[in-house]
Amino acid sequence: MNETKNVIMVGVGGQGIILASELLSEAALLAGYDVRKSEVHGMAQRGGSVSSHVRFGEKVLSPLIELGQADIMLAFEKVESLRACEYLKRGATIIMNNLEIIPTTVSLGAGSYPSDVPGCLRELGFTVILVDAQNKAKEAGTSKAANVVLLASLASLLEIDKEIWMEVIRRRVPKKFLDINISAFNLGYDSLKA
Amino acid sequence: MGISRKLMTGDEAIARGAWEAGVKVAAAYPGTPATEILENLARYDEIYAEWSPNEKVAVEVAGNAAIAGVRAIASMKHVGLNVAADPLMTLSYTGIGRGFVIVSADDPGMHSSQNEQDNRYYAQFAKIPMLEPANSQEALEMVRDAFTLSEEYDTPVLIRVTTRVCHGKSPVTPGERIEQETKAFSRNTAKYVMIPGHARKRHVVVEERTLRLRELSEKSPYNRIIKGTGETGIITSGVASQYAMEVAPEADFLLLGMTNPIPSELIRKFAATVRKVYIIEELEPYLEDQIRALGIECIGKKVFPRCGELSPEIIRRGLTGKTPETVAIPKDIPIPARPPVLCPGCPHRGFFHIINKNKLFVTGDIGCYTLSVLPPLTSMDTCICMGASITGAIGFSKAFRDQPGKKAVAVLGDSTFLHSGLTGLMDTVYNKANVVTCVLDNRTTAMTGHQEHPGTGFTVKGEPTYSVKIADVARALGIQHIYEVDPYNLAETDAAVKSSLALDVPAVIVAKRACALKCKNVDFALSVVDQDQCKKCNACLKIGCPAIVKKGDVIMVDKGMCYGCGICRQVCPFGALIAVE
Repeated sequence: MNETKNVIMVGVGGQGIILASELLSEAALLAGYDVRKSEVHGMAQRGGSVSSHVRFGEKVLSPLIELGQADIMLAFEKVESLRACEYLKRGATIIMNNLEIIPTTVSLGAGSYPSDVPGCLRELGFTVILVDAQNKAKEAGTSKAANVVLLASLASLLEIDKEIWMEVIRRRVPKKFLDINISAFNLGYDSLKA
Repeated sequence: MGISRKLMTGDEAIARGAWEAGVKVAAAYPGTPATEILENLARYDEIYAEWSPNEKVAVEVAGNAAIAGVRAIASMKHVGLNVAADPLMTLSYTGIGRGFVIVSADDPGMHSSQNEQDNRYYAQFAKIPMLEPANSQEALEMVRDAFTLSEEYDTPVLIRVTTRVCHGKSPVTPGERIEQETKAFSRNTAKYVMIPGHARKRHVVVEERTLRLRELSEKSPYNRIIKGTGETGIITSGVASQYAMEVAPEADFLLLGMTNPIPSELIRKFAATVRKVYIIEELEPYLEDQIRALGIECIGKKVFPRCGELSPEIIRRGLTGKTPETVAIPKDIPIPARPPVLCPGCPHRGFFHIINKNKLFVTGDIGCYTLSVLPPLTSMDTCICMGASITGAIGFSKAFRDQPGKKAVAVLGDSTFLHSGLTGLMDTVYNKANVVTCVLDNRTTAMTGHQEHPGTGFTVKGEPTYSVKIADVARALGIQHIYEVDPYNLAETDAAVKSSLALDVPAVIVAKRACALKCKNVDFALSVVDQDQCKKCNACLKIGCPAIVKKGDVIMVDKGMCYGCGICRQVCPFGALIAVE
């Protein structure tokens, strides 16, 4: 891999984005890359927008991706992908969870939720891969593993060996949840390869 | 393959550096982005670590441990250093016995703060050396070395970091702990007792020390030049240096890691080797003003902003005028705002609903409950700094002296109250202010991640300890009317608010109910909308619970999110929200 890879993950507080970005960062480090990651803690659980930047390559300095430089986006929720799409390169790939979490502002009538997020982004030239993470995760054992399914979909598009991902999951996930997480990872990984 | 390398956040690396340096005492108060520094320090058995009631206590505890002869560290967010400024300024005069490091974690862009003050000025103000790490490896090394620096120059040392260093992760090669000998303390009043006669002499010592620190800065390995094409020279510090080096890889760089005092000669030498000098720093022109005062022409805040945090694209625009090519969403596609909100089940929700019903002036404070200022609750009139709720209400009530019927109510949390509410509450009684103080006691320091405090009954290391009872404190300060209520019980809460408002002496309401995020395994009945009874009056939406959702015309409860607090069921005037067993 020659150039630095810039991955942006977006979603809503509480969806497991920080864990997913941790696993990606660890995998990249184990694969021998220089890694930088950024996110903002504290607000993460209060249902607000959350984003994390992960960058890996031969030598990486900035923890922030520059606008227009993200190669790939992992969106845990639909409208959050619109909010952050200024970070994406033209024609970049978006792996999008098929999930809408309605913000309170919409319920209050102070905003509306866009009707066709994938369509809008495809029209702008992005490649959108929709993943039914909640349901796939249920197949593995619990819808709570949706973030791992999404991460695995992303992993299948990156140049990091699957073995490295397995090692990172083994190190970071509590033993009692290991089997479910590995199942969820395999389901997510293989579904895109298919 | 870097087997010995680990990914660490800046906060983890700071804790690791302190541990490696043989630190024995650590004290702090939670505050984003500093919180995780003490959380990580507490994981080491060799370190005594405490959540202090506030940052002034933390700096005094750690500073005096250093005077007594062991290496010590105190950490806080930027506004926390304001609280600790008193001991900081005079510990600069006394110096220490063994090394003392203070970490100021600033928040440019205010991800989670009430201002974005630039705490580099504190180092100048207090006349102490300052180091600014730009990534996690530097954070570890600078903190570790800062203790030696502190001892060699007999001074506290300021480590100044920002959000993107604290909460950013980068690879670190950790080392081992080197145990330190305790320096025996013996009486030295000329050094440690700052009466005027002693302090006058110590000030002279501080000025001499500053001259020697200037010489150190010129030679410091943390101040280094990276040669480029000779066209553009960039002088920079902190995380901004990382953005700049990627945006302008061909430029010459003077990377400053020791930024008080600045290395004037090195800066002069560098400026002479390039055609143009840019100063790239977040927030204030701290470096720029000093460098211009040396007679060096440079460009800084003319092209880079003072407000907000920097980023690679802001730096590119400042250097080249170019903005990056991005794909913009067409203006007719709605992107609804998604601000942080009070969680489902949050006890504060019920309390603010009652406050709203009673139409009051509310002086607020800092914590999760500050989110009540946002729609739909919009329940707060002021929020300035820790503890300013009670004292603010006193100010309002004294201003309203000639306007009976106008009443101010102060609202703050349990941790905030113990941090800096006691003196305000004391003032309501002592100076006879007709104020109702509401302490929202959710048994934790919630917003920063559920840390312990003097009222929770546990130390940072999880040891049981005495738990301060807020009602007892209020009684001891002379409050004669104290109401303890459950904020899940709206009728009870409303009764307490109305009774306390009718008094003409100060009163305290303690709303006691544990934080919903901390208290997860509950057996409460969830709520559901009976669509036949629902008149779509939207009263339930006005309490802003994220579990209550309106899709088209239909209001429903997301059962995956509902906590079962029952507040919505009490708010609905038509009995359309009911409990499900």
